[in-house]
Amino acid sequence: MIVMRLKPIAEIREMVSRHRRVLLVGCNTCAAVSLAGGETEVETLVQTLRLASAQFGPATEFSGGMLQRQCEPEFVEKLDLEGFDAVLSLGCGAGVAFLSENEGIPIYPALDTLFIGAAKGLGSWQAECSACGKCVLGETAGICPTTRCAKGIMNGPCGGVKDGRCELGDRDCAWVQIYDRLEAQGRGDQFDGLGDTKDNSVNSMTCEWDMNPQAGGSK
Amino acid sequence: MSLKEALARGEFIVTSEVGPPKGIDIAEMMQAARMMKNRVHALNVTDNQAAVMRLSTIAACIHLKQAGFDPVLQVTGRDRNRIGIQSDLLGAASFGVTTVLALTGDHTVVGDHKEAKPVFDLDSVQILETVAALNSGTDLMGNELHGTPDFFAGAVVTPDANPIRPQLAKFDKKVRAGAQYFQTQAVYNAETFLGFMEHARCRGAKVLAGIVVLRSAGMARFMNKNIPGIAVPPELIRELENSANPEQTGIEIAARFIRETREYCDGVHIMAVGADHLVPLVLDAAGIGEVG
Repeated sequence: MIVMRLKPIAEIREMVSRHRRVLLVGCNTCAAVSLAGGETEVETLVQTLRLASAQFGPATEFSGGMLQRQCEPEFVEKLDLEGFDAVLSLGCGAGVAFLSENEGIPIYPALDTLFIGAAKGLGSWQAECSACGKCVLGETAGICPTTRCAKGIMNGPCGGVKDGRCELGDRDCAWVQIYDRLEAQGRGDQFDGLGDTKDNSVNSMTCEWDMNPQAGGSK
Repeated sequence: MSLKEALARGEFIVTSEVGPPKGIDIAEMMQAARMMKNRVHALNVTDNQAAVMRLSTIAACIHLKQAGFDPVLQVTGRDRNRIGIQSDLLGAASFGVTTVLALTGDHTVVGDHKEAKPVFDLDSVQILETVAALNSGTDLMGNELHGTPDFFAGAVVTPDANPIRPQLAKFDKKVRAGAQYFQTQAVYNAETFLGFMEHARCRGAKVLAGIVVLRSAGMARFMNKNIPGIAVPPELIRELENSANPEQTGIEIAARFIRETREYCDGVHIMAVGADHLVPLVLDAAGIGEVG
């Protein structure tokens, strides 16, 4: 899933301070599962912003609503923005951008989009994929060096490993993990073959992916 | 004599390093270099070490070259992509700066411009491969060069890394990628180092043992806690603790290590970390005279 985190309230309030009636829109897929933009989070943020607005004025009205997904036309079409002059999206960056493309009023992000990740436990996620467009997980024992290594390097651990931990101190060294898992799976010999320079052009050149160009674009 | 020539002649190699200034006043850097004149075969010039922005490594290398030193151009992948790295390497070679050391580089977030975009388009092994391509007369994409450089490239290794096996696997990759010499992270345990040397010798690698002169027990403990790949044994920490003159003891510890290991490696790389005056003292204590 795409993992998101609520922005600081002061930053959100500042973004919408010029508007009178703001609709908060949750997103019932990734944002809901990452506990950042589901119904509960929308309701909580509405209440928080009402309080903040009353305290600091001038008064802005906040209401809440949900979309199943902010990144698909069939759901976005259902959004009724009558009477609102701005939207605070509790979706990922794609949701904010897609709403902006389809609606005539300003759409603001209430969340920061962090990564494509997996749940480690309740309320805890870890980055797994950087959507680079050139997957090497088959060779790296399912651990993405572009994502899990702080430097995104391709040839093995750098000199910053300390007791198997990354020099940044916030994670295990991805390359030590890759080495160990390849060994554990009986394919340690593949380590020496890793290390091709990354083809970054795939990522640079893939701003759209249209399986069926004849059918027309997103609109 | 260059590092390349001295290694080829089988001399016991001594290298050290200088850091370019933050600013354009190079007087202190040149003063540090002069202090080591005739005592070292080559001087590393760090590349925005610890991700702290400083005067360009290439410019500093040119200053040193003009003053009669063989500068070792440290090349990291942190700040430049493959276009920038190749372009800078060619630029350095056009000034006769051809001894290089390939490193991945410290992460931007540990430095003084934490918000900078970390590049790491090429890692240390890939930088070595890049140097090999340039030496063969083409760029990384196989395009022919007009005028071919002749780089002498080395790399680094951490004999005390934990865990050690992935580190050694990467060391082997560096050898295969064309590293002609290695400088190690600071080592203090001769036994560990000699174990590593057995591995290195099987691969035909030339190795300069890394020396950081200890100046106090506190410094040793700090490095153990904070610097990856450094393990100062407890008995050395005790020796410093019990010493009336820890700096002198640090010099003796470094000299002793050099005496114990010099038969088994190709030289030493002494990192002064802000105490350049200690380099000649360590060499004196180890019985290593002027270089040829």
